[in-house]
Amino acid sequence: MVNVNDYVARTEGTCGKEKDVIVIFKYDKKDEVIEKILQKAKIKQSIARMIFELTFKNYSFRLYQSGKAIFRDLKDKEELNGILSELLS
Amino acid sequence: MLDPYEIRKDFPILKRKVNGYTLIYFDNAATSQKPRQVIEAIRDFYENHNANVHRAVHTLSQEASELYEEAHEEVAKFINANGMEETVFVRGTTEAINLVAYSWGLRNLGKDDEVIVSLMEHHSNIVPWEIISKINGFRIKYIEVNDDGTLSYESFEKLVSEKTKMVCVSHVSNVTGIVNDVKRITRIAHEYSALTLVDGAQSVPHLPVNVKDLDSDFVAFSGHKMLGPTGIGVLYGKREILEKMEPFHGGGEMIREVSYDPEKKHCSIAWNVLPWKFEAGTPNVCGAVGLMEAVRYLKRVGMDNVKEHEEILTKYALRQMEGCCPKIMIYGTKDTSAKCGIIPFGVEGLSSHDIALFLDNYGIMVRSGFHCAQPLHEILKLNSSARVSFYIYNTREEIDRFAEVLKEIEQL
Repeated sequence: MVNVNDYVARTEGTCGKEKDVIVIFKYDKKDEVIEKILQKAKIKQSIARMIFELTFKNYSFRLYQSGKAIFRDLKDKEELNGILSELLS
Repeated sequence: MLDPYEIRKDFPILKRKVNGYTLIYFDNAATSQKPRQVIEAIRDFYENHNANVHRAVHTLSQEASELYEEAHEEVAKFINANGMEETVFVRGTTEAINLVAYSWGLRNLGKDDEVIVSLMEHHSNIVPWEIISKINGFRIKYIEVNDDGTLSYESFEKLVSEKTKMVCVSHVSNVTGIVNDVKRITRIAHEYSALTLVDGAQSVPHLPVNVKDLDSDFVAFSGHKMLGPTGIGVLYGKREILEKMEPFHGGGEMIREVSYDPEKKHCSIAWNVLPWKFEAGTPNVCGAVGLMEAVRYLKRVGMDNVKEHEEILTKYALRQMEGCCPKIMIYGTKDTSAKCGIIPFGVEGLSSHDIALFLDNYGIMVRSGFHCAQPLHEILKLNSSARVSFYIYNTREEIDRFAEVLKEIEQL
Protein backbone atom coordinates (compact mmCIF):
# COMPACT_ATOMS: atom_id res chain seq x y z
CA MET A 1 0.00 0.00 0.00
CA VAL A 2 1.40 3.36 -1.02
CA ASN A 3 1.88 6.09 1.58
CA VAL A 4 0.12 9.14 0.17
CA ASN A 5 2.20 11.42 2.39
CA ASP A 6 5.31 10.41 0.44
CA TYR A 7 3.86 12.21 -2.55
CA VAL A 8 1.63 14.96 -1.18
CA ALA A 9 3.13 18.22 0.11
CA ARG A 10 -0.14 19.90 1.05
CA THR A 11 -3.86 19.70 0.55
CA GLU A 12 -5.90 22.87 0.60
CA GLY A 13 -9.62 22.98 1.18
CA THR A 14 -10.76 25.95 -0.86
CA CYS A 15 -12.98 28.78 0.26
CA GLY A 16 -16.06 29.41 -1.81
CA LYS A 17 -19.36 27.60 -2.21
CA GLU A 18 -17.70 24.92 -4.34
CA LYS A 19 -16.14 22.27 -2.16
CA ASP A 20 -12.96 21.76 -4.13
CA VAL A 21 -9.80 20.29 -2.72
CA ILE A 22 -6.45 21.21 -4.17
CA VAL A 23 -3.64 18.71 -3.84
CA ILE A 24 -0.10 19.98 -4.18
CA PHE A 25 2.33 17.17 -4.84
CA LYS A 26 5.92 17.23 -3.60
CA TYR A 27 8.04 19.07 -6.14
CA ASP A 28 10.65 16.33 -6.48
CA LYS A 29 7.92 13.71 -6.94
CA LYS A 30 5.67 15.59 -9.32
CA ASP A 31 6.85 13.95 -12.52
CA GLU A 32 6.49 10.50 -10.98
CA VAL A 33 3.03 11.41 -9.70
CA ILE A 34 1.87 12.69 -13.08
CA GLU A 35 3.14 9.58 -14.81
CA LYS A 36 1.42 7.26 -12.32
CA ILE A 37 -1.86 9.13 -12.45
CA LEU A 38 -1.92 9.27 -16.23
CA GLN A 39 -1.46 5.49 -16.31
CA LYS A 40 -4.40 4.89 -13.99
CA ALA A 41 -6.92 7.57 -14.86
CA LYS A 42 -8.76 8.05 -18.12
CA ILE A 43 -7.89 11.20 -20.02
CA LYS A 44 -11.04 13.04 -21.05
CA GLN A 45 -9.11 15.99 -22.39
CA SER A 46 -5.59 17.29 -22.48
CA ILE A 47 -4.46 20.83 -23.23
CA ALA A 48 -0.97 20.83 -24.70
CA ARG A 49 -0.20 17.92 -22.34
CA MET A 50 -0.04 20.49 -19.56
CA ILE A 51 -3.51 20.25 -18.13
CA PHE A 52 -5.42 17.01 -17.97
CA GLU A 53 -9.12 16.53 -17.38
CA LEU A 54 -9.30 13.04 -15.94
CA THR A 55 -11.77 10.50 -14.65
CA PHE A 56 -11.05 7.72 -12.26
CA LYS A 57 -13.88 5.45 -11.12
CA ASN A 58 -16.69 7.91 -10.41
CA TYR A 59 -14.40 10.84 -9.75
CA SER A 60 -13.45 13.58 -12.16
CA PHE A 61 -10.50 15.84 -11.50
CA ARG A 62 -7.88 18.01 -13.16
CA LEU A 63 -4.18 17.48 -13.03
CA TYR A 64 -1.68 20.20 -13.87
CA GLN A 65 1.87 19.86 -15.10
CA SER A 66 2.82 22.17 -12.22
CA GLY A 67 2.18 19.22 -9.88
CA LYS A 68 -1.20 20.30 -8.59
CA ALA A 69 -4.59 18.66 -8.88
CA ILE A 70 -8.11 19.80 -8.12
CA PHE A 71 -10.73 17.32 -6.94
CA ARG A 72 -14.40 18.17 -6.64
CA ASP A 73 -17.24 17.21 -4.34
CA LEU A 74 -15.33 14.96 -2.02
CA LYS A 75 -16.85 13.99 1.30
CA ASP A 76 -13.74 14.21 3.41
CA LYS A 77 -10.00 13.73 3.62
CA GLU A 78 -10.41 9.98 3.97
CA GLU A 79 -12.13 9.81 0.61
CA LEU A 80 -9.37 11.90 -0.94
CA ASN A 81 -6.66 9.71 0.58
CA GLY A 82 -8.44 6.62 -0.74
CA ILE A 83 -8.43 7.92 -4.32
CA LEU A 84 -4.85 9.15 -4.11
CA SER A 85 -3.72 5.89 -2.64
CA GLU A 86 -5.21 3.97 -5.57
CA LEU A 87 -3.93 6.42 -8.15
CA LEU A 88 -0.40 6.43 -6.79
CA SER A 89 0.01 2.72 -6.09
CA MET B 1 3.17 59.14 -15.18
CA LEU B 2 5.15 56.24 -13.77
CA ASP B 3 7.38 53.93 -15.76
CA PRO B 4 6.62 50.34 -14.73
CA TYR B 5 9.63 49.04 -16.68
CA GLU B 6 12.00 51.16 -14.58
CA ILE B 7 10.13 50.22 -11.41
CA ARG B 8 10.36 46.50 -12.21
CA LYS B 9 14.15 46.71 -11.98
CA ASP B 10 13.72 47.30 -8.24
CA PHE B 11 11.73 44.10 -7.69
CA PRO B 12 14.01 41.05 -7.72
CA ILE B 13 11.15 38.56 -7.44
CA LEU B 14 9.73 39.62 -10.81
CA LYS B 15 12.71 38.00 -12.49
CA ARG B 16 11.90 34.53 -11.22
CA LYS B 17 10.15 31.83 -13.18
CA VAL B 18 7.20 29.79 -12.02
CA ASN B 19 6.47 26.50 -13.75
CA GLY B 20 8.93 27.50 -16.45
CA TYR B 21 7.26 30.87 -17.17
CA THR B 22 8.25 34.37 -16.12
CA LEU B 23 6.24 35.27 -13.06
CA ILE B 24 3.21 37.48 -13.57
CA TYR B 25 2.03 38.66 -10.20
CA PHE B 26 -1.62 39.75 -10.23
CA ASP B 27 -2.44 39.12 -6.57
CA ASN B 28 -1.50 42.54 -5.24
CA ALA B 29 -4.71 42.99 -3.30
CA ALA B 30 -3.55 40.09 -1.11
CA THR B 31 0.00 41.34 -0.71
CA SER B 32 2.46 43.36 -2.76
CA GLN B 33 5.98 42.43 -3.79
CA LYS B 34 8.91 44.23 -2.16
CA PRO B 35 11.46 46.50 -3.83
CA ARG B 36 15.16 45.98 -3.11
CA GLN B 37 15.18 49.31 -1.21
CA VAL B 38 12.81 47.82 1.38
CA ILE B 39 14.70 44.53 1.48
CA GLU B 40 17.96 46.44 1.87
CA ALA B 41 16.57 48.64 4.67
CA ILE B 42 15.52 45.54 6.61
CA ARG B 43 18.93 43.91 6.06
CA ASP B 44 20.72 47.12 7.09
CA PHE B 45 18.64 47.37 10.26
CA TYR B 46 19.58 43.89 11.40
CA GLU B 47 23.19 44.21 10.31
CA ASN B 48 23.81 47.64 11.83
CA HIS B 49 21.16 49.00 14.17
CA ASN B 50 19.25 46.15 15.79
CA ALA B 51 18.32 46.76 19.43
CA ASN B 52 15.19 47.13 21.51
CA VAL B 53 13.59 50.56 21.39
CA HIS B 54 12.88 53.03 24.21
CA ARG B 55 14.60 50.73 26.67
CA ALA B 56 18.25 51.57 26.94
CA VAL B 57 20.73 54.40 26.81
CA HIS B 58 23.25 52.60 24.62
CA THR B 59 24.02 53.67 21.07
CA LEU B 60 22.23 50.88 19.24
CA SER B 61 19.04 51.36 21.20
CA GLN B 62 19.15 55.08 20.48
CA GLU B 63 19.56 54.41 16.78
CA ALA B 64 16.76 51.83 16.72
CA SER B 65 14.47 54.19 18.68
CA GLU B 66 15.19 57.04 16.29
CA LEU B 67 14.44 54.85 13.28
CA TYR B 68 11.24 53.57 14.88
CA GLU B 69 10.01 57.08 15.65
CA GLU B 70 11.07 58.33 12.25
CA ALA B 71 8.94 55.58 10.70
CA HIS B 72 5.90 56.85 12.61
CA GLU B 73 6.57 60.40 11.41
CA GLU B 74 7.04 59.27 7.82
CA VAL B 75 3.74 57.38 7.82
CA ALA B 76 1.96 60.30 9.50
CA LYS B 77 3.16 62.65 6.75
CA PHE B 78 2.19 60.15 4.06
CA ILE B 79 -1.47 60.20 5.13
CA ASN B 80 -1.38 63.81 6.36
CA ALA B 81 -2.01 62.95 10.01
CA ASN B 82 -1.15 65.38 12.80
CA GLY B 83 2.15 63.75 13.71
CA MET B 84 3.16 60.38 15.04
CA GLU B 85 0.78 60.61 18.01
CA GLU B 86 -1.99 59.75 15.55
CA THR B 87 -0.25 56.78 13.91
CA VAL B 88 -0.29 53.65 16.03
CA PHE B 89 1.75 50.76 14.68
CA VAL B 90 0.03 47.40 14.83
CA ARG B 91 0.42 44.04 13.05
CA GLY B 92 -1.91 44.95 10.21
CA THR B 93 -5.39 46.14 9.30
CA THR B 94 -7.04 43.31 11.22
CA GLU B 95 -5.30 44.21 14.46
CA ALA B 96 -6.02 47.90 13.91
CA ILE B 97 -9.75 47.22 13.62
CA ASN B 98 -9.66 44.90 16.63
CA LEU B 99 -7.90 47.64 18.58
CA VAL B 100 -10.79 50.02 17.92
CA ALA B 101 -13.43 47.36 18.56
CA TYR B 102 -11.92 46.33 21.91
CA SER B 103 -10.48 49.60 23.19
CA TRP B 104 -13.25 51.89 22.04
CA GLY B 105 -16.20 49.57 21.32
CA LEU B 106 -16.04 47.50 24.47
CA ARG B 107 -16.16 50.59 26.66
CA ASN B 108 -18.42 52.88 24.66
CA LEU B 109 -21.15 50.69 23.23
CA GLY B 110 -24.22 49.53 25.14
CA LYS B 111 -27.36 47.58 24.36
CA ASP B 112 -29.24 50.60 23.02
CA ASP B 113 -26.47 51.52 20.60
CA GLU B 114 -25.97 50.60 16.99
CA VAL B 115 -22.93 50.03 14.81
CA ILE B 116 -23.32 50.26 11.04
CA VAL B 117 -21.14 48.01 8.89
CA SER B 118 -21.23 47.66 5.12
CA LEU B 119 -21.93 44.30 3.52
CA MET B 120 -18.94 44.67 1.24
CA GLU B 121 -16.50 44.50 4.15
CA HIS B 122 -13.62 42.11 4.50
CA HIS B 123 -14.32 39.70 7.35
CA SER B 124 -11.84 41.69 9.47
CA ASN B 125 -14.27 44.61 9.60
CA ILE B 126 -17.26 42.40 10.41
CA VAL B 127 -16.07 39.74 12.84
CA PRO B 128 -14.57 42.02 15.58
CA TRP B 129 -17.85 43.96 15.77
CA GLU B 130 -19.92 40.77 15.89
CA ILE B 131 -17.69 39.49 18.74
CA ILE B 132 -18.02 42.71 20.75
CA SER B 133 -21.77 42.92 20.12
CA LYS B 134 -22.17 39.52 21.76
CA ILE B 135 -20.51 40.93 24.88
CA ASN B 136 -22.16 44.37 24.98
CA GLY B 137 -25.45 43.59 23.29
CA PHE B 138 -25.43 46.46 20.80
CA ARG B 139 -27.01 46.00 17.40
CA ILE B 140 -25.14 45.78 14.12
CA LYS B 141 -26.91 47.06 11.02
CA TYR B 142 -25.58 46.29 7.57
CA ILE B 143 -25.47 48.70 4.64
CA GLU B 144 -26.76 47.04 1.49
CA VAL B 145 -24.86 46.65 -1.74
CA ASN B 146 -26.35 47.27 -5.20
CA ASP B 147 -26.35 44.63 -7.97
CA ASP B 148 -23.25 46.17 -9.57
CA GLY B 149 -21.34 45.84 -6.31
CA THR B 150 -21.54 49.53 -5.41
CA LEU B 151 -22.53 50.63 -1.94
CA SER B 152 -26.12 51.70 -1.43
CA TYR B 153 -25.85 55.16 0.08
CA GLU B 154 -29.64 55.17 0.28
CA SER B 155 -29.50 52.14 2.51
CA PHE B 156 -26.90 53.84 4.71
CA GLU B 157 -28.99 56.99 5.03
CA LYS B 158 -31.95 54.89 6.11
CA LEU B 159 -29.93 53.05 8.74
CA VAL B 160 -28.10 55.93 10.36
CA SER B 161 -29.82 57.44 13.40
CA GLU B 162 -29.21 58.93 16.83
CA LYS B 163 -28.53 55.38 18.01
CA THR B 164 -25.59 55.00 15.63
CA LYS B 165 -22.29 55.22 17.47
CA MET B 166 -19.88 53.86 14.86
CA VAL B 167 -19.91 53.39 11.08
CA CYS B 168 -17.42 50.90 9.61
CA VAL B 169 -16.77 50.90 5.91
CA SER B 170 -13.97 50.03 3.54
CA HIS B 171 -12.52 52.80 1.41
CA VAL B 172 -11.97 50.35 -1.47
CA SER B 173 -13.57 46.92 -1.74
CA ASN B 174 -11.00 44.12 -1.77
CA VAL B 175 -13.28 42.10 -4.06
CA THR B 176 -14.48 44.60 -6.66
CA GLY B 177 -12.03 47.48 -6.25
CA ILE B 178 -14.98 49.88 -5.96
CA VAL B 179 -14.05 53.12 -4.21
CA ASN B 180 -16.58 54.18 -1.60
CA ASP B 181 -17.33 57.80 -0.87
CA VAL B 182 -16.12 57.60 2.72
CA LYS B 183 -16.04 61.36 2.99
CA ARG B 184 -19.78 61.47 2.37
CA ILE B 185 -20.41 58.63 4.81
CA THR B 186 -18.25 60.34 7.45
CA ARG B 187 -20.04 63.65 6.98
CA ILE B 188 -23.43 62.00 7.50
CA ALA B 189 -22.19 59.89 10.43
CA HIS B 190 -20.81 62.99 12.13
CA GLU B 191 -24.18 64.74 11.79
CA TYR B 192 -25.43 62.01 14.16
CA SER B 193 -22.31 62.28 16.36
CA ALA B 194 -21.22 58.81 15.28
CA LEU B 195 -17.59 57.93 14.66
CA THR B 196 -16.31 56.32 11.49
CA LEU B 197 -13.73 53.62 10.96
CA VAL B 198 -12.39 53.28 7.43
CA ASP B 199 -10.69 50.09 6.29
CA GLY B 200 -7.95 51.59 4.16
CA ALA B 201 -6.16 48.31 3.36
CA GLN B 202 -6.94 48.63 -0.36
CA SER B 203 -6.88 52.42 -0.62
CA VAL B 204 -3.76 53.68 1.17
CA PRO B 205 -1.45 51.60 -1.10
CA HIS B 206 -3.22 52.67 -4.30
CA LEU B 207 -4.65 56.19 -3.93
CA PRO B 208 -3.59 59.46 -2.40
CA VAL B 209 -5.23 59.29 1.03
CA ASN B 210 -5.47 62.41 3.14
CA VAL B 211 -6.96 61.62 6.52
CA LYS B 212 -7.70 65.26 7.28
CA ASP B 213 -9.68 65.56 4.07
CA LEU B 214 -11.58 62.31 4.71
CA ASP B 215 -12.22 63.44 8.29
CA SER B 216 -12.68 59.79 9.36
CA ASP B 217 -11.99 59.13 13.00
CA PHE B 218 -10.00 55.96 12.36
CA VAL B 219 -8.26 54.59 9.27
CA ALA B 220 -6.67 51.14 9.32
CA PHE B 221 -4.14 49.81 6.81
CA SER B 222 -1.38 47.24 6.32
CA GLY B 223 2.27 47.67 5.38
CA HIS B 224 2.57 44.50 3.34
CA LYS B 225 0.05 45.63 0.74
CA MET B 226 2.06 48.80 0.08
CA LEU B 227 5.53 47.38 -0.62
CA GLY B 228 6.38 46.98 3.07
CA PRO B 229 6.98 43.83 5.10
CA THR B 230 4.30 41.68 6.69
CA GLY B 231 3.50 42.06 10.39
CA ILE B 232 3.37 45.84 10.40
CA GLY B 233 0.30 48.00 9.92
CA VAL B 234 -1.14 51.27 11.04
CA LEU B 235 -4.12 52.56 12.92
CA TYR B 236 -4.64 56.25 12.29
CA GLY B 237 -6.85 57.79 14.93
CA LYS B 238 -7.76 61.37 15.75
CA ARG B 239 -5.63 62.40 18.68
CA GLU B 240 -8.48 63.55 20.91
CA ILE B 241 -10.24 60.19 20.48
CA LEU B 242 -7.10 58.11 21.02
CA GLU B 243 -6.32 60.16 24.15
CA LYS B 244 -9.67 59.21 25.68
CA MET B 245 -9.39 55.52 24.82
CA GLU B 246 -8.04 52.88 27.18
CA PRO B 247 -5.15 50.71 25.94
CA PHE B 248 -5.75 47.55 23.92
CA HIS B 249 -2.91 45.40 25.24
CA GLY B 250 -1.04 45.78 28.52
CA GLY B 251 2.67 45.34 29.07
CA GLY B 252 5.93 47.14 28.67
CA GLU B 253 6.30 50.23 26.50
CA MET B 254 2.65 51.27 26.85
CA ILE B 255 3.04 52.48 30.46
CA ARG B 256 4.71 55.56 31.89
CA GLU B 257 4.75 54.18 35.41
CA VAL B 258 3.75 51.08 37.36
CA SER B 259 4.03 51.83 41.03
CA TYR B 260 3.42 49.43 43.90
CA ASP B 261 1.71 50.81 46.96
CA PRO B 262 2.70 48.56 49.91
CA GLU B 263 -0.13 49.84 52.06
CA LYS B 264 -2.90 49.27 49.52
CA LYS B 265 -1.02 46.28 48.14
CA HIS B 266 -1.71 47.08 44.53
CA CYS B 267 -0.06 48.70 41.55
CA SER B 268 -1.15 52.02 40.20
CA ILE B 269 -0.47 52.46 36.51
CA ALA B 270 -0.11 55.55 34.34
CA TRP B 271 -0.31 55.09 30.59
CA ASN B 272 2.40 56.23 28.24
CA VAL B 273 1.81 59.03 25.77
CA LEU B 274 0.49 58.45 22.24
CA PRO B 275 1.13 56.42 20.20
CA TRP B 276 3.06 54.19 22.65
CA LYS B 277 0.00 53.76 24.86
CA PHE B 278 -1.29 51.38 22.19
CA GLU B 279 2.00 49.64 21.39
CA ALA B 280 2.54 47.20 24.24
CA GLY B 281 5.63 45.02 24.29
CA THR B 282 8.66 45.07 22.03
CA PRO B 283 7.35 46.37 18.73
CA ASN B 284 8.14 45.22 15.21
CA VAL B 285 10.98 47.70 14.78
CA CYS B 286 12.37 46.09 11.69
CA GLY B 287 8.89 46.03 10.14
CA ALA B 288 8.56 49.73 10.87
CA VAL B 289 11.88 50.44 9.18
CA GLY B 290 10.74 48.44 6.14
CA LEU B 291 7.42 50.27 6.07
CA MET B 292 9.20 53.64 6.26
CA GLU B 293 11.27 52.71 3.22
CA ALA B 294 8.13 51.50 1.40
CA VAL B 295 6.40 54.81 2.10
CA ARG B 296 9.44 56.71 0.81
CA TYR B 297 9.39 54.58 -2.33
CA LEU B 298 5.70 55.29 -2.95
CA LYS B 299 6.26 59.00 -2.31
CA ARG B 300 8.99 59.06 -4.94
CA VAL B 301 6.68 57.33 -7.42
CA GLY B 302 3.82 59.65 -6.45
CA MET B 303 0.42 58.38 -5.35
CA ASP B 304 -1.37 60.23 -8.15
CA ASN B 305 0.83 58.31 -10.59
CA VAL B 306 0.05 55.02 -8.85
CA LYS B 307 -3.66 55.72 -9.18
CA GLU B 308 -3.36 56.74 -12.81
CA HIS B 309 -1.24 53.71 -13.73
CA GLU B 310 -3.72 51.30 -12.16
CA GLU B 311 -6.63 52.98 -13.86
CA ILE B 312 -4.93 52.63 -17.24
CA LEU B 313 -4.13 48.97 -16.59
CA THR B 314 -7.63 48.21 -15.36
CA LYS B 315 -9.23 49.80 -18.40
CA TYR B 316 -6.86 47.88 -20.66
CA ALA B 317 -7.37 44.58 -18.83
CA LEU B 318 -11.15 44.86 -18.95
CA ARG B 319 -11.00 45.34 -22.71
CA GLN B 320 -8.59 42.44 -23.21
CA MET B 321 -10.53 40.12 -20.94
CA GLU B 322 -13.87 40.83 -22.53
CA GLY B 323 -12.47 40.30 -25.97
CA CYS B 324 -10.58 37.08 -25.34
CA CYS B 325 -13.21 34.52 -24.43
CA PRO B 326 -17.03 34.65 -24.47
CA LYS B 327 -17.21 32.46 -21.37
CA ILE B 328 -15.61 35.12 -19.19
CA MET B 329 -17.85 36.98 -16.80
CA ILE B 330 -16.61 40.15 -15.15
CA TYR B 331 -18.30 40.97 -11.87
CA GLY B 332 -19.20 44.38 -10.52
CA THR B 333 -19.02 47.74 -12.17
CA LYS B 334 -16.68 48.25 -15.11
CA ASP B 335 -16.52 51.98 -14.56
CA THR B 336 -12.79 52.39 -14.02
CA SER B 337 -13.17 55.92 -12.69
CA ALA B 338 -15.10 54.45 -9.76
CA LYS B 339 -12.67 51.69 -8.89
CA CYS B 340 -9.08 50.73 -8.19
CA GLY B 341 -7.03 48.10 -10.01
CA ILE B 342 -9.04 45.05 -8.99
CA ILE B 343 -11.11 42.91 -11.38
CA PRO B 344 -13.18 40.02 -10.07
CA PHE B 345 -14.20 37.51 -12.73
CA GLY B 346 -15.35 34.01 -13.48
CA VAL B 347 -15.44 31.59 -16.39
CA GLU B 348 -18.68 29.82 -17.19
CA GLY B 349 -18.60 26.21 -16.00
CA LEU B 350 -15.41 26.56 -13.96
CA SER B 351 -14.79 27.19 -10.30
CA SER B 352 -12.56 30.13 -9.39
CA HIS B 353 -9.96 27.65 -8.15
CA ASP B 354 -9.91 25.92 -11.53
CA ILE B 355 -9.18 29.30 -13.08
CA ALA B 356 -6.44 30.14 -10.58
CA LEU B 357 -4.76 26.73 -10.99
CA PHE B 358 -4.95 27.01 -14.75
CA LEU B 359 -3.27 30.42 -14.69
CA ASP B 360 -0.73 29.28 -12.09
CA ASN B 361 0.34 26.59 -14.50
CA TYR B 362 1.48 29.43 -16.78
CA GLY B 363 3.18 31.41 -14.02
CA ILE B 364 0.28 33.83 -13.50
CA MET B 365 -0.70 34.39 -9.87
CA VAL B 366 -4.32 35.32 -9.20
CA ARG B 367 -6.50 34.85 -6.14
CA SER B 368 -9.58 32.63 -6.00
CA GLY B 369 -12.34 32.05 -3.45
CA PHE B 370 -14.25 34.46 -1.27
CA HIS B 371 -11.28 36.78 -0.61
CA CYS B 372 -12.45 36.93 3.03
CA ALA B 373 -15.65 38.65 1.91
CA GLN B 374 -18.27 35.90 1.93
CA PRO B 375 -21.29 38.18 2.58
CA LEU B 376 -20.52 40.23 -0.54
CA HIS B 377 -20.24 37.06 -2.65
CA GLU B 378 -23.57 35.86 -1.29
CA ILE B 379 -25.25 39.16 -2.15
CA LEU B 380 -23.78 39.14 -5.66
CA LYS B 381 -24.90 35.48 -5.91
CA LEU B 382 -21.41 34.23 -6.61
CA ASN B 383 -20.11 30.86 -5.46
CA SER B 384 -16.65 32.42 -5.43
CA SER B 385 -14.60 34.60 -7.75
CA ALA B 386 -11.20 34.80 -9.34
CA ARG B 387 -9.49 38.17 -8.90
CA VAL B 388 -6.73 40.00 -10.67
CA SER B 389 -5.27 43.01 -8.90
CA PHE B 390 -2.56 45.34 -10.19
CA TYR B 391 0.23 47.44 -8.79
CA ILE B 392 2.97 49.77 -9.90
CA TYR B 393 5.16 47.07 -11.49
CA ASN B 394 2.48 45.48 -13.67
CA THR B 395 2.50 46.14 -17.41
CA ARG B 396 0.27 45.94 -20.46
CA GLU B 397 2.45 43.11 -21.78
CA GLU B 398 1.62 41.08 -18.69
CA ILE B 399 -2.06 41.71 -19.31
CA ASP B 400 -1.63 40.63 -22.95
CA ARG B 401 -0.02 37.39 -21.77
CA PHE B 402 -2.76 36.90 -19.19
CA ALA B 403 -5.46 37.39 -21.86
CA GLU B 404 -3.66 35.01 -24.19
CA VAL B 405 -3.62 32.29 -21.52
CA LEU B 406 -7.20 33.07 -20.55
CA LYS B 407 -8.21 32.40 -24.15
CA GLU B 408 -6.93 28.84 -23.72
CA ILE B 409 -9.18 28.31 -20.73
CA GLU B 410 -12.13 27.93 -23.09
CA GLN B 411 -10.81 24.49 -23.89
CA LEU B 412 -11.43 23.28 -20.33
